[in-house]
Amino acid sequence: MTTYNFIFEGLGLRGWCGEPERTGPMTMAELLARGSAPAEPKTGFDWSALWSLPFPSLDELHKACAAIPRSRDLTKSLETGFLNIRESLRYVLDPLTQPLSWALETSLFIAVNTPWWLMLMVLLVIVWIAGRSMALVALVASVMGFLLFVDHYIFAMQTLAIIFVCAFLCVVMGVPVGIAMSRSDRLQRLMIPVLDMLQTLPTFVYLIPLIFLFSVTEPKLYGIAIILYAIVPVIRLTDLGIRLVDKDVIEAAEAFGMTRHQKLIRVQIPLALPNIMAGVNQTIMMSLAMVVIASLVSALGLGVLVLRGIRNLELGVGLMAGLGIVLLAVILDRVTKAALARVNAAASVPRH
Amino acid sequence: MSQSASISIRNLYKIFGSQPLKALDHVRAGMGKSELMNKHRHVLGLRDINVEMQAGEITVIMGLSGSGKSTLIRHVNRLIEPTAGEILVNGENILKFGESRLRELRRKQMSMVFQHFALLPHKTVLDNAGMARAVRGEDRRGYEQDARDWLARVGLGGQEAQYPHQLSGGMQQRVGIARALTSNAPIMLMDEAFSALDPLIRTDMQDLLLELQLELQKTIVFISHDLDEALKLADHLVILKDGIIVQQGEPQEILLHPNDPYIVDFISDINRARVLRVRSVMDVGPVPPPQTAGKVDADATLESVIALSEGDTSVSYEVHREGKHVGYLNMQKLVRALVPTQAAQNGMRNSTRSTSA
Repeated sequence: MTTYNFIFEGLGLRGWCGEPERTGPMTMAELLARGSAPAEPKTGFDWSALWSLPFPSLDELHKACAAIPRSRDLTKSLETGFLNIRESLRYVLDPLTQPLSWALETSLFIAVNTPWWLMLMVLLVIVWIAGRSMALVALVASVMGFLLFVDHYIFAMQTLAIIFVCAFLCVVMGVPVGIAMSRSDRLQRLMIPVLDMLQTLPTFVYLIPLIFLFSVTEPKLYGIAIILYAIVPVIRLTDLGIRLVDKDVIEAAEAFGMTRHQKLIRVQIPLALPNIMAGVNQTIMMSLAMVVIASLVSALGLGVLVLRGIRNLELGVGLMAGLGIVLLAVILDRVTKAALARVNAAASVPRH
Repeated sequence: MSQSASISIRNLYKIFGSQPLKALDHVRAGMGKSELMNKHRHVLGLRDINVEMQAGEITVIMGLSGSGKSTLIRHVNRLIEPTAGEILVNGENILKFGESRLRELRRKQMSMVFQHFALLPHKTVLDNAGMARAVRGEDRRGYEQDARDWLARVGLGGQEAQYPHQLSGGMQQRVGIARALTSNAPIMLMDEAFSALDPLIRTDMQDLLLELQLELQKTIVFISHDLDEALKLADHLVILKDGIIVQQGEPQEILLHPNDPYIVDFISDINRARVLRVRSVMDVGPVPPPQTAGKVDADATLESVIALSEGDTSVSYEVHREGKHVGYLNMQKLVRALVPTQAAQNGMRNSTRSTSA
């Protein structure tokens, strides 16, 4: 006898419910219940029963009627459902995402196999082009010098290589999506919950279905996880940036007969560039955050050392890798901020 | 210089709201702006607008904020679509134009100058001036010289490589005008083009516009909320109030014969001697006065004639235009024309204020 028997009795569904049959594994609660003796039925109004009145949840209803699934059946069917479509999903996704694996492998190969001095020069040139600041170049040089000195250079380069590939793909895919969102209110309404979900879903949760879909040894596994997580700000800020473009200037563009395409290329994107760059900065920082977590699914880089620090309780290894990540974050942030500042200076609009 | 173009606006209505056509029936049946707002939650933007804008003339549309003047000018290039009516450019109803023909019209027939300049902040002054031509797909070499010439003409020679934010407001608006002129379009729409500028620069810009117009003879539609500016620039003045044309015509005519208390209220503040011209108050008849004290130009302001006469109201002047005799000016008549319209002093202003509030 359970609390909600009366529902099924009252509705005359006893026959539909059938006899309880044991399909799923036994829960701990059932195991414990088996040990204790069944309670004597009481007469009169039982206050203690009211106090411990259970919510009519799946498990509670199942006790009264076996035809109602338990909540563990729900999670189980989610799992079997996913496993059932896995093959067909993989059939579609596998070739589509294969280039991501190649890109990551190539990028990692280059990062690891280029001589350190050549790589350092290339990086410093990139930093100079992005920021036009000697101080920034000096900062990056000293950080890289430090990482080289403490033998964390290879790990740091692997991390950077993954970030470059993923952030690049985020921009390539995110900017068009942001543009499309800025043009259609309906698409924006559809996308915002998706973006919210991507941003708030705990990062580990991305990894679970991906592990089922792809083999853990494939780089695209963590590549997809990083991109899904880091693409959000660039989409959001592209959409925002284009929507914030001065209405007067848009009106002028229309008055002079610009087509939609001309308007986009000549007016909207250039004027939204400061916001888009802010999105790129955020995307890079989020890639860095995710690449550390992605070491759980075989992403190379400093995250591996952090993981080693946790698993083997090697405090020093973990701390050192953590410091390396902080230093990488600092230089990535500074370089993108410097690029952003240059964009801002070129397109600054102090009005009237 | 490309050919000139005339614009006529016929029976134009604009109603803002979710069901403008339904509201249009109410408006046609005579419902007023406030009633439409209260009963049907629609805003009456423009009501039965009829304006003929002649080729080569400056038509000034004047009204206070909320009168619908900016809405009206945006109908001319269809930045705003009307609820009903016709807009003819060179006799063709542009409301029938498809997307590509409309774009052609905007690219080749019209240019626009904006209150807040609306320059591209990431482009140089030169690129901004050439924007209209670049939009048409013309090669940079094709328009660069034109753009430089017009920039020099509006007083920005040597500033081509600068960015808009490096210039003052007045200079930015010069770029805006150079952009409109470089486009070489026969119609120029100017939406409160000088309203954001300070008074001295505004006067400069008005003079510049008149000087250019003397030579270019474009069809200019100019929006203004400033009566002095409107009177100075207009060949044809249209006064809007609450989306309705209160009076339109030659500015001098409106000044001497206002047909609405609203306009009386408007013109009571201006310096009539500075705005009225000799031609508006002279006698054209062959009857010569006993003697004349000299010659004055038909387009001279009354203020300058008063200065000439040194305040003597007993004299008369011969009026000439381009060397030819056109009439006589009696100083007493001149002084009578300066008497403010009666309504202005006897509380009319206050009563119109309270009714319009």
